[in-house]
Amino acid sequence: MRLILLATVGLVAGLVLGGCVVSGRGGNPRPQRAVVQNTGSDTMLNLALAWAEAYRDVAPDVAVVVTGGGSGTGIAGLLNGTVDIANASRALKAEEIASAGAVGREPLEHQVAIDALAVIVHRRNPVSALTIPQLADIFTGRVRNWRELGGLDGPIVPVSRETNSGTHVYFLERVVRGGDDGNRDILAPHALLMPSSVGITSEVRRNPNAIGYDGLGYVSPEHERILAIAQTAAGPFVMPSSATASDGTYPLSRPLFMEADRHPPAAVAAYLAWIVGPEGQALVDDLGFVPIHVE
Amino acid sequence: MRKAWTFRPALPAGPAAWGEALIETAIRLSGLSAIGILGLILVFLLREGLAAFAVVPLGELLSSTWYPIEDLYGLLPLVYGSLLVTAVAVLIAVPLGLTAAVYLGEIAPPWLHDILKPLIEIIAGIPSIVLGFLGWLLLAPLVQRTGASTGLTALTGAIILAYMALPTIISIAEDAIDAVPRSYRDGALAIGATRWQTTYRVVIPAARSGLVIAVMLGIGRAIGETMVVLMVTGNAPNMAWGPDMLLQPVRTMTATIAAEMGEVARGSTHYGVLFAIGLVLFFITFAINGIASWVVRRTGGDGRRRVGT
Repeated sequence: MRLILLATVGLVAGLVLGGCVVSGRGGNPRPQRAVVQNTGSDTMLNLALAWAEAYRDVAPDVAVVVTGGGSGTGIAGLLNGTVDIANASRALKAEEIASAGAVGREPLEHQVAIDALAVIVHRRNPVSALTIPQLADIFTGRVRNWRELGGLDGPIVPVSRETNSGTHVYFLERVVRGGDDGNRDILAPHALLMPSSVGITSEVRRNPNAIGYDGLGYVSPEHERILAIAQTAAGPFVMPSSATASDGTYPLSRPLFMEADRHPPAAVAAYLAWIVGPEGQALVDDLGFVPIHVE
Repeated sequence: MRKAWTFRPALPAGPAAWGEALIETAIRLSGLSAIGILGLILVFLLREGLAAFAVVPLGELLSSTWYPIEDLYGLLPLVYGSLLVTAVAVLIAVPLGLTAAVYLGEIAPPWLHDILKPLIEIIAGIPSIVLGFLGWLLLAPLVQRTGASTGLTALTGAIILAYMALPTIISIAEDAIDAVPRSYRDGALAIGATRWQTTYRVVIPAARSGLVIAVMLGIGRAIGETMVVLMVTGNAPNMAWGPDMLLQPVRTMTATIAAEMGEVARGSTHYGVLFAIGLVLFFITFAINGIASWVVRRTGGDGRRRVGT
């Protein structure tokens, strides 16, 4: 019994002293790798990972740590001070800028790429083109059967991202509400909400009733049918591609942002400059996104 | 309980007595800490969640639309989703679990019992994300084949949750049956009861309080599960009524907290409402445990003494 007691005391003392030694060591600043925390949009995850990986060769002393979770997650982290660069597939909201101001932060948006949002259905679905009002009808539940859209008889299963996704917000504003600020329509309650981009493509690949949306970089005509989209029934119906996204003929293209403090640490500023520069933008096209115009 | 504390064997005087006292205090503190932690959780939930009830009118919380980015905080579809999935899981798991426990405790030969019991307990150790993935990959397509519009439905979640609750129910129920004294069975058989009559009329009633605890812990396991329902129920904040309600997607309270907590700004209304959901969940599990101990007390202390012995 006494032995156990002594061992316990020894263990506790060891832990406490060990903790002191470690924190004492941390007190002496010495040159080490700078860490850039980069979190946010799932749409941009592959792109952000590719940038982080390529940047290792450019600046070996900087470690860029990339995680996903959705634009809202990244922005919340930026405002909480746990994230250096937030990836966001939407612009900052006014209340987010206000709440950043309340804690003395000043976030700044940098456009880093353009994304085209592809609308996808199962490969066996005969529907090949839809208009934006038709998509709005589908996702608000006004149209519930594929027959009404010239497809086979079968229920429509709309598949969406979770509400913390910038893509969800973009789709809501641009498609479901048709860009009309006065329109307060929301997604139908029966729309499936997927926690990730991959969740959407995998459900659409196996469910002939499903229709979903995802960044162009996540879809491929081998696995799902990509629909041509038109603003109105008058057309023209346009397939998403780098070319149609950058010339603006594809209606569902949008800017992608990296958001950081207006006065970032040097490592963060250098990383952002590299991304919007020619080297960073060269990677964008490979991943199915559209580079921003570089002068 | 108190009896154990006041029981003191003769101790040698000196340092050993000190050690004894110290360890006794440490054990008592760790026991009390469980109550302390529970209290702190409740205080924290109340502090973060009560504000939501002040900001969002009760009528809005009791509405049927959950769409937090538009400040629509209707909790009904989430409560509906959790209760539906849990109820169906319990309907599947309880009959299966109790019959399996009766088989293990009363019918199975000892060698088979010694193989099956550890195997069943291993099921309890499978991480829920693995079961969620299997449900997503294998079960969802099967469910869709029954005529559902998608495989990600309340039924899919309920089947996986039932599977997760089974080892808890079987293991605890079997312990309760095992704890029924041998003399009860001998007595019943001696007065001419058949084996089935002995099991049904003597052993099961004697083990009743333990069986109730097994069921209640199984329900608790099902309602609190997060990862599985997030993966296989489709997460649509949907309230379907009708014959196909099980084949519709639902969104549970736990999945909502898990999916949305990462995004919210601290102190926002949405943040408070997520904690309010946590509070609702807390009180539901509290009510389940309360009902369980009420049932156990009502069935008498006789049964309680044998549980877990």
